[in-house]
Amino acid sequence: MSDEKTHIIPYRTLAMILVALVILTLISVAVTRIQLGPYTVAAALLIAVVKSSLVLTIFMHLRFENRFFAFMVTGVILLIGIVIFITLIDYIYR
Amino acid sequence: MEEHRDDLASKTGMWLFLFTEMLLFAGLFVVYSVYRFKHPEAFHLAAEELNVFIGTVNTIILLTSSMTIAMSITAMQKGSTKLSLILLTVTVVLGLAFLVNKYFEWNTKIHHHIYPGSEIMASWGQGDILFFGLYYFMTGLHAFHIIIGLTFIGFVMVYIRKGRITPDRYVLLENSGLYWHLVDMIWIFLFPLFYLVT
Repeated sequence: MSDEKTHIIPYRTLAMILVALVILTLISVAVTRIQLGPYTVAAALLIAVVKSSLVLTIFMHLRFENRFFAFMVTGVILLIGIVIFITLIDYIYR
Repeated sequence: MEEHRDDLASKTGMWLFLFTEMLLFAGLFVVYSVYRFKHPEAFHLAAEELNVFIGTVNTIILLTSSMTIAMSITAMQKGSTKLSLILLTVTVVLGLAFLVNKYFEWNTKIHHHIYPGSEIMASWGQGDILFFGLYYFMTGLHAFHIIIGLTFIGFVMVYIRKGRITPDRYVLLENSGLYWHLVDMIWIFLFPLFYLVT
């Protein structure tokens, strides 16, 4: 497992990820300009989730690291999701 | 002398620290969500005060800086210390550019008397006050993290020059990269929530 840690990400891949991130940013700006009502928040957040998963997996090397890291990060993200979900349920159905 | 090091443990420590940072901002996002739910109209109108153009430019600046620091790790792994240093310098310049933009953005707001405790804001409704309170606190805390990240990268650059970070031993460089990416990721969520979702 730990001999896998010398995985080198090519410059080209990193540049392509940046292009994808910038395109996604511009899409999210465009999507929120056209009024989609309640879907605007969902669309903007969905794009943000896609962008951050690109950063996590490629820029932060999670895809090439020991699985242990990806496992922990997933756990923390799940925890945050559950906390936000439960809080909102409380406020919406109070 | 026998060298004792454990890069995996070092990275694990960094990730554990990043988790506390994620939870810190997650708490603030919960506060944001609840107040947005309670004051949808006010949040909608207040968010239109923010300059989407500056926000977008700053997003692209931060994303680019994330790429350059990731590239500096690639350069180090390939044995090119010099290129690694150049890429780190670019990252620092981009980080400073982000802060300069932030300065001008806040400055414009403050000139329009939009800041917590101003007379104009005191006459507004609770929702607007909450929106701008959160705006200043969350972008301010984020900018503070940028400053810490830049300092961290600065130390890494000194260590590379001194030969304490080498192509065989660069876990500190990787950790500074992890921190910088996290700060970038927080901005990825701050940007749509404050600037776009109006």
